[in-house]
Amino acid sequence: MLDKSIKKVMVIGSGPIIIGQAAEFDYAGTQACRSLKEEGVEVVLVNSNPATIMTDGDIADKVYIEPLTIPTLTKIIEKEKPDSLLPSLGGQTGLNLAMELNELGILKENNVRLIGINAESIKKAEDRQEFKDTMEAIGEPCIESLVVETVEDALEFSAKIGYPVIVRPAYTLGGTGGGIAYDEKQLFEIASNGIRLSRVNQVLIEKCISGWKEIEFETMRDSKGNCITICSMENLDPVGIHTGDSIVVAPAQTLMDKEYSMLRNAALNIIDALDIQGGCNVQFALHPTSFKYAVIEVNPRVSRSSALASKATGFPIARVASKIALGLGLDEIPNAVTGKTYASFEPTIDYIVCKFPKWPFDKFVTAKKTLGTQMKATGEVMSIARTFEAALHKSLHSLEENKESLLLDSFMEVSKEEIHETLYNVDNLRVYAIAVAIYKGIELKEIHDITKIDMWFLNKIKNIVDMEKVLKSGKCDKETLFAAKKMGFTDNVIAKNVGTTKNAIKHLRKLWDIMPSFSIVDTCAAEFKAQTPYYYSDYGIANEVNPKTDKKKIMVLGSGPIRIGQGVEFDYCSVHSVWALKKAGCEAIIVNNNPETVSTDFDVSDKLYFEPLTPEYVTSIVELENPDGAIVQFGGQTAIKLTKTLNDLGVKILGTDADHVDAAEDRERFDEILEFCDIARPKGQTVFTAQEAIAAAHSLGYPVLVRPSYVLGGQGMQIAASDEDILEFMDIITRTIPDLSEHPVLVDKYLMGQEVEVDAICDGKDILIPGIMEHIDRAGIHSGDSISVYPAVTLSQKVQKTIVDYTKRLASALHVIGMMNIQFIVLRETVYIIEVNPRSSRTVPYISKVTGIPAISLATRAMLGERIADMGYGTGLYKNSGYYAIKLPVFSFEKIIGADTSLGPEMKSTGEVLGISTDYNEALLKAFEGGGVSMPKDAKIVVTVRDKDKKEVSEMLKEFKDSEFEFYATPGTCKVIREAGIECKEINPLTGQSPNIMEMLQNGEVSLIINTPTHGRLANRDGFKLRRLAVESGTSCLTSLDAALSVMRSTFVVPEDQMSLTDIASLKL
Amino acid sequence: MLENGAVFCGQAAGKFKETVCEVIFNTSMTGYVEMLSDPSNAGLGVVMTYPLIGNYGVCLEDMESDKLYPAALLVHELCDTPSNFRCEMTLEEFLIKHEIPCVTGLDNRAIVMNVRENGAMKAIVTDDISDKDALLNKIKSFELKNEYTGVNEVVSEDGVKVAFIDLGARKSFVNAFAQRGFAVTKFATLNADEILNGGFEGVVISNGVEDHDKFADAVEEIKKLMAKNMPIFAIGLGHQLVALANGGKVEKMLHGHRGCNYPVRFNDKDKTYITAHNHGFAVTEAPANADVLCVNVNDKTIEGLKYQDKPVMTVQFIPDTSKGPNTAFLFEDFKNLIKEGK
Repeated sequence: MLDKSIKKVMVIGSGPIIIGQAAEFDYAGTQACRSLKEEGVEVVLVNSNPATIMTDGDIADKVYIEPLTIPTLTKIIEKEKPDSLLPSLGGQTGLNLAMELNELGILKENNVRLIGINAESIKKAEDRQEFKDTMEAIGEPCIESLVVETVEDALEFSAKIGYPVIVRPAYTLGGTGGGIAYDEKQLFEIASNGIRLSRVNQVLIEKCISGWKEIEFETMRDSKGNCITICSMENLDPVGIHTGDSIVVAPAQTLMDKEYSMLRNAALNIIDALDIQGGCNVQFALHPTSFKYAVIEVNPRVSRSSALASKATGFPIARVASKIALGLGLDEIPNAVTGKTYASFEPTIDYIVCKFPKWPFDKFVTAKKTLGTQMKATGEVMSIARTFEAALHKSLHSLEENKESLLLDSFMEVSKEEIHETLYNVDNLRVYAIAVAIYKGIELKEIHDITKIDMWFLNKIKNIVDMEKVLKSGKCDKETLFAAKKMGFTDNVIAKNVGTTKNAIKHLRKLWDIMPSFSIVDTCAAEFKAQTPYYYSDYGIANEVNPKTDKKKIMVLGSGPIRIGQGVEFDYCSVHSVWALKKAGCEAIIVNNNPETVSTDFDVSDKLYFEPLTPEYVTSIVELENPDGAIVQFGGQTAIKLTKTLNDLGVKILGTDADHVDAAEDRERFDEILEFCDIARPKGQTVFTAQEAIAAAHSLGYPVLVRPSYVLGGQGMQIAASDEDILEFMDIITRTIPDLSEHPVLVDKYLMGQEVEVDAICDGKDILIPGIMEHIDRAGIHSGDSISVYPAVTLSQKVQKTIVDYTKRLASALHVIGMMNIQFIVLRETVYIIEVNPRSSRTVPYISKVTGIPAISLATRAMLGERIADMGYGTGLYKNSGYYAIKLPVFSFEKIIGADTSLGPEMKSTGEVLGISTDYNEALLKAFEGGGVSMPKDAKIVVTVRDKDKKEVSEMLKEFKDSEFEFYATPGTCKVIREAGIECKEINPLTGQSPNIMEMLQNGEVSLIINTPTHGRLANRDGFKLRRLAVESGTSCLTSLDAALSVMRSTFVVPEDQMSLTDIASLKL
Repeated sequence: MLENGAVFCGQAAGKFKETVCEVIFNTSMTGYVEMLSDPSNAGLGVVMTYPLIGNYGVCLEDMESDKLYPAALLVHELCDTPSNFRCEMTLEEFLIKHEIPCVTGLDNRAIVMNVRENGAMKAIVTDDISDKDALLNKIKSFELKNEYTGVNEVVSEDGVKVAFIDLGARKSFVNAFAQRGFAVTKFATLNADEILNGGFEGVVISNGVEDHDKFADAVEEIKKLMAKNMPIFAIGLGHQLVALANGGKVEKMLHGHRGCNYPVRFNDKDKTYITAHNHGFAVTEAPANADVLCVNVNDKTIEGLKYQDKPVMTVQFIPDTSKGPNTAFLFEDFKNLIKEGK
């Protein structure tokens, strides 16, 4: 029964995207808000992440894009007076904040109650000791463990239970600060780090059970105590690798009914004991050769796993969890997929699902690629098929990593002995190493002994390898081809092995009628006729798609897994485009493979194809659906890359056509256009080899910017100051992009000016610019890592006019229809173009929200032929909204050991937060607070900069003469600062004599480090060590002087108690 | 080939032989050993909806009887490299040993959709479809029969003494009574006098192949038992027979309920339990003297009846103990019925 006393619910989002907390909470939050609103409840949403769909004005009734801090949340509670708080939808962040609000008595003071889960249960699940006690009380086994608060206790306990031991800090997400220690020395290091990172300074020391099977159950329970399991999942990688970094399949594959029932019962027992009213994830370790098991972890909230389970089964967990929180029973909530069953019907599936993590190691070349208990993946892909072989293959293809076959070339080249050694590396390439090891004749048993991966998975991988061997022998008859396709081999891989072209294979397939069909994901294994158009492909199966429609059919290509440079913002764009298409009366089809996103929710589009975004799979969909048009400009580079495929298939690309996209990317053609438009750009050249790059640099003069063409997020982009730099960068580029003849490298003169960014909506004639954004950081730092300010505060009217004019000229010269993003550099009142992207960008969601212009919706309408002039927002530069909105990048450096945190032209941030206010400095301060870079007014600030910046820093600090800041600097820097007349204390470098910086950091005294890096990517310099130490000690470290100035200034200027709130929903027009 | 002429192709496996059967589908993702050895699946061509069957091989200890019952096993993929520490043989070896034919490589979902739309059908598993008419004739002559013959034996001696009428029950179900404090004596047939004179405090009537014609006599015997106020707990087929004995209506369902994920709502408790089902018929009209105890949340099928003024309760689903202690309260309820009936 609906609890009628719940009228106004506050939902806390999960904040910026970081490793361990990605788009799944946008998906969950969006679904939850809509679900709550359906029941007539008023929803107040708080989230600092502006790239999300949930923070759209029409998802909740009140939307606050404000820092997720206790003071801000308290203010919002006081202002909005919600009667309830739903804490289980905003990930660990949301749950922790709800707990704090509760512990501080703020909820009680304001008569707000927790719904979905009570504080006691949160504590039982989250606090290590209470969790253990609870499990013991209900007879569920845990792993031998002890909660400790000191390193000494950790060492003592570990000596008792024996090494190796696992260290798990309390109240952190993604296993931050945890790890496996094999001896005392390692334990000392990991435990001291973990104790510091934990919110309550506790870590759990537990016996290491690496190698056990890792099984998860997603369960739900309502207020009446009805429980169901949604899905079981089995990690291919056994216990020891974080489940977020594991290859996971659903349902569990290697459990007999007795084991399955045992764990299912345990999961239900636990959710019951915790009195959860909503969803809960339970992770088990199961001994591989007995019925012994242990509960590893319980997440009493929606999670990454629950997002996966939702997409894997079609069961909308967040939606149902929200309804349960309002008092409804599982047996009262209809199952929207079947329309005939209820939420209390346990899903059963008739396919296999595979999840594969997406790691950021291509961005962090210096980072350790080893996987362990600390999650490192930024995102994930999911695939659906009827065989494990095909599901695994489809996952690999969805990753877009140029690894179509498990038999990775780089491994195939090495000897059997070397590959045998490689098996011991627990890293991102392990599954490839296993396949190659099998190929080279290493026994499965041997591989199992090393990796502990279940023989079932190894045998399946062997099937793939065996098939590839057959293909290599040149065999390609009808039966073989069918069997290979059924296993998920692409035409490309088959062709390469057989020694022909992929077109020839395609031809054979047509001849023999080996074509994929599409099946429905229906939660019930076809027992009931499904209402939902949620499809996956496979071979040798009946087709269930009816392509007929009276409507105009438009296909929107999504953006695949969340990665650095391509985050949730592109899902925002895809979803808004789909909504706009539906509103315009079109049938909207979406293709995507990311289980964490809103776009892969079955009720967003008219048809959802959960498939890899690669030419072969997309071709199959096109051949079946024959759409009237396709939209590629909202799915980031993933979708853009498919333009040629779609063109070749004769699909009309809506918006800017492929030829003009190419004109914007192709150096020579673009130069011609710029000349035609009379617009300047930094001089540059296109090169194909390292030698050419050096020659180009010499003719342009250092410093130069080196980057590959056709990439997003500045992958492989660097500033080079010398020939050595160029050689180093070219080597990295060629490693990620094997074929430079297709994607050459651009070398540009580097101009150090003001970077400016514009998103424009174009219809081929007119343009509409919601606003001009400028970067606080000077040119040279990737736009995604720069602090971006709306509106442009430092630009003269003249420059702004020039920017609008240039935008218009370029839009018309490139025949842009839809969205376009342009990046400019302004140097001494001259405007230069850096690049033009005729597609959506990561700033679109935020600029849409602060200006109230639904940019994607308008762009989609423009693509359908509507005129901007008729849309009611005018043309040209839109009027100023009266707010300052500042987008601040957020990083996940603490998760990636060994990654250099210094910023440059290659993007490193994983997410972003927004600060919004009518006051510039307050907006800045909010952005920094939201991004976790806030400090007290009497902060201790350590300054250590390279020689050429010393002068500038000392000038900069003059502004803070009257502040309470305490400055510390290394001798050289200190001298210069003092000369400028600013008080500064001298401190020795990192490992110098006491007092040195390391001691200060370890004592946690420092609020901010300002450090500018000497160039280069090598990891052995002192600066690099300092930056890593800062990350590991949780100290803010800014490598951009501009950003440092901003945070100091806003902290200095804005009065302590000042804090306005802005309801985004009210900005909507 | 199905009764309606639809043909599905795959590869022969197991002990292949031409076989006529009734095609049904089972939605459980695990538990194929238990399913295959469940006597109530006799004569059925079981389509497993989960595509990978045989992943964990076979552990003989998990068998629910001494032999395998289905006429044929129809799957998408049969795993020949199983993995589990208790695995004793591959599923195919198991099928061969018990002479059960299997077809693998089938588009299992397509068969399920056909059955879902057209209802449970007779079918033939064959390696020669050249003469369809002849095959159809073979199909038509097939009738689903309950040929199970239980044995009369004492299973357990301590506790409340009950007669267990075994029409095709799983071993684990019989044991569930024994473990919960019932002294169980199994009978192959239902004879009211034998029970009434045997000093039994209650009667359990099990599930089994739903061959109602065969049990016309049993229905009469049930009437006798009820006239004497004998406490009865009937399950599955038993539930249907008790309903028939009291004037209820039992009809064949379009495609039955066979899986372990069905929500059953007990109105009196205001609670819903996930239960295991395996039936193709259902009580569509409750007898006038019975109250509905519980219903299937999805399609409102009657899942349980409680008879007025009689110590008799019946449920359609199987209170399966290994699938969770959820509905284990029914065993206690039965004990209470017996107590109250005294």
